[in-house]
Amino acid sequence: MRGRKKIVCSKLVMLLVLMAVMLFQTGCHGSRGMAAFEIPENFDCSRAYEITFWAKNDTNKTQTDIYKKAIQDFQELYPNITVNLRLYTDYGRIYNDVITNISTGTTPNVCITYPDHIATYLTGTNIVVPLEELFADQRYGLGGSELLFEGPSQGEIIPQFLEECAFNEHYYAIPFMRSTEACYVNKTYVEALGYTLPEQLTWDFVWEVAEAATAKDSQGTYLINGQKVMIPFIYKSTDNMMIQMLRQKGAEYSTPAGEIQIFNDTTRELLYTVASHAETGAFSTFKISSYPANFLNAGQCVFAIDSTAGATWMGTHAPLSDISEEALVDFETEVYPIPQFDTDHPQMISQGPSVCIFNKPDHQEVLASWLFAQYLLTNEVQTAYAETEGYVPVTSRARDSAQYQDYLSRCGEDNNLYYDVKIKASRLLLSHVEDTFVTPVFNGSTSLRDAAGQMIENVTKSVNRRETVDNAYMDKLYGDVTSLYRLQSTMQTSATRKELGPLPPMAIALLAGLGVTWALIGAYVVWEAMKNRKKRHNTH
Amino acid sequence: MKKCFIATLALTLVLALAGCGNGGNGGADEKSEGVMTYAEYDAAALDTQVVIEAYVQAKQSWWENQATVYAQDKDGAYFLYNMACSEEDYAKLTTGTKIKVTGYKAEWSGEVEIIDATFEIMEGNYVAEAVDVTSLLGTDDLIKRQNQFVSFKGMTVEDAGNGSAFMYNWDGSGEEGSDLYFNVSLNGNTYTFTVESYLCGPDTDVYQAVKALEIGQTVDMEGFLYWYNGVNPHITSVTVK
Repeated sequence: MRGRKKIVCSKLVMLLVLMAVMLFQTGCHGSRGMAAFEIPENFDCSRAYEITFWAKNDTNKTQTDIYKKAIQDFQELYPNITVNLRLYTDYGRIYNDVITNISTGTTPNVCITYPDHIATYLTGTNIVVPLEELFADQRYGLGGSELLFEGPSQGEIIPQFLEECAFNEHYYAIPFMRSTEACYVNKTYVEALGYTLPEQLTWDFVWEVAEAATAKDSQGTYLINGQKVMIPFIYKSTDNMMIQMLRQKGAEYSTPAGEIQIFNDTTRELLYTVASHAETGAFSTFKISSYPANFLNAGQCVFAIDSTAGATWMGTHAPLSDISEEALVDFETEVYPIPQFDTDHPQMISQGPSVCIFNKPDHQEVLASWLFAQYLLTNEVQTAYAETEGYVPVTSRARDSAQYQDYLSRCGEDNNLYYDVKIKASRLLLSHVEDTFVTPVFNGSTSLRDAAGQMIENVTKSVNRRETVDNAYMDKLYGDVTSLYRLQSTMQTSATRKELGPLPPMAIALLAGLGVTWALIGAYVVWEAMKNRKKRHNTH
Repeated sequence: MKKCFIATLALTLVLALAGCGNGGNGGADEKSEGVMTYAEYDAAALDTQVVIEAYVQAKQSWWENQATVYAQDKDGAYFLYNMACSEEDYAKLTTGTKIKVTGYKAEWSGEVEIIDATFEIMEGNYVAEAVDVTSLLGTDDLIKRQNQFVSFKGMTVEDAGNGSAFMYNWDGSGEEGSDLYFNVSLNGNTYTFTVESYLCGPDTDVYQAVKALEIGQTVDMEGFLYWYNGVNPHITSVTVK
């Protein structure tokens, strides 16, 4: 009796250990997520759905009107789906609000975002819906048979832009609009300084002309504009500046796996260059001075680098302006790709909004979200939105449409819809899609991007403050931004990926528990088998 | 008569002392050692380090350990942009709190501010009264009041550009929760005022009051004299006359 009881006890202990281990492991994996999305067989049109769409606009009423019209048109096709729009003017705010709402389970359904941001959202389980199965779905996928609108097929999305939305072996977004950066040039001033604009801008040319534009008379008035203010070269997005310079130089930034490589000698060399031109007053940044467009349009800047999606603010006749009429100066504006180190192999960033879909317990609701997200790729939405700024549509279907081609052909017909600077900015990207790139996406890539820009901001501020920028300064700067953007953890994570270090105690305990459990099960099986064999042997 | 004179003198002394006691409106604004007077701050060149003492007048925002604050002493005002500040310390920055700030003087689109700053809380309290700058509108003297808590009186609400008295964002592209832009005029000149949504969000009286404005109404307003390519007051209260 005791033995039997003992055996029963051992079985019970083993069972309890197994259950505990399994429950613990389940807890580890599922505590922050929900069930993975599965495409329903059919979209249930008998039900009503209410979905939220968090959208970003460039503080541009035409863009918000286009979103509203898209929603209205979509709701006419799908009267059972109500789309509630929430407007943002800043990607960073969307990102922060999404992070906050992940923890409360109140994420939007559809959200304009950047892939870098999605990588952080993915730290939760099944938070963002992987889209490849939805893409391919015969009925509700891209170009699907059950769609109530003419959307693009997967092949009609510009492959380069679609690939920007793929990481961690899934597509987590669809591109919505694409832009790059442009250098908006006051051609009048360049020529007045005795220079001729080359076919392609180089960094050397821009720095040289910028330095020439800093000349003043004895009263401190700039010779080129007769004003007390002149910042010849202003960069809006210094993170892009550093990223593109490194890329053009073939220097390291990060690996696809997330290893941080930016703190290298090329970065240091570039920072010294920036510092030397900031010191003479030839260079400044948006964060330090203000919008490049304001200085450009007031005749206080020669080279203004900003997004092509900011083109409607650039130039004497820009339809949008933040400065008074009296402050505007008349000049000729040229639109160039950003300066290059190697003009034979131009390289420029690809940027612009993408759309992701957040998972919900109700898979029908997710399908409704997907239908709306796809609707944003229709020609009507794509061409209308692209025409608001120097964006380009992300589908060949929209790009090749008669309406869009007509729009491009009417460059300069007026200073509104056909504003020449805006259409030239769009054409710039259209002719350089093959020269665009994006940086690797991983959890922490947003911080790395911020750090890249911060280093340019810091050296510029430091020379303005007459601080010494030398190797000791650079060493400290590298340390400061690493700490500020918490890059140590990213660097450690990537280092761990490369070379697996010792297991943490909890993992060791779990593995040991599993080992002991299996050993006990094995021992019990062997013991039972031997007993049976003995019995059989005794029977014979 | 003599008794009356003595009593008046005593009362005057008591009132004067009371004014000094809590750093109130009437007392001298003494600075600690190494701290700039407002005049010294005003004269300091851009991009130089400044050390000031001032009193918090309004908090605009806090995010990722950075606070943006309007502060003022008895001689002038300061805009403290993205000052290093923990969330715990931000809660301590109530209106009137005295702080010592070390940072760099900077200018962004005409707004003179202190950036890259740190601060410490000091003993003392002072809440500024709004200075009426209505008569300074359109003059070169207005900028001397930059960042101060000011008032505008007897102005007329104009069309914001969309047929109503206000717009969400400068061009109407916003929605509830966005900044409110509205136009007010005086003596034939029209000025654009703003309810900055981080400073005064949709749950504030001023936000709702501006939304309820009607073209043609006469209003008194208070707010901070912010600058963006020209004067761009950030309004904190509005009263329809």
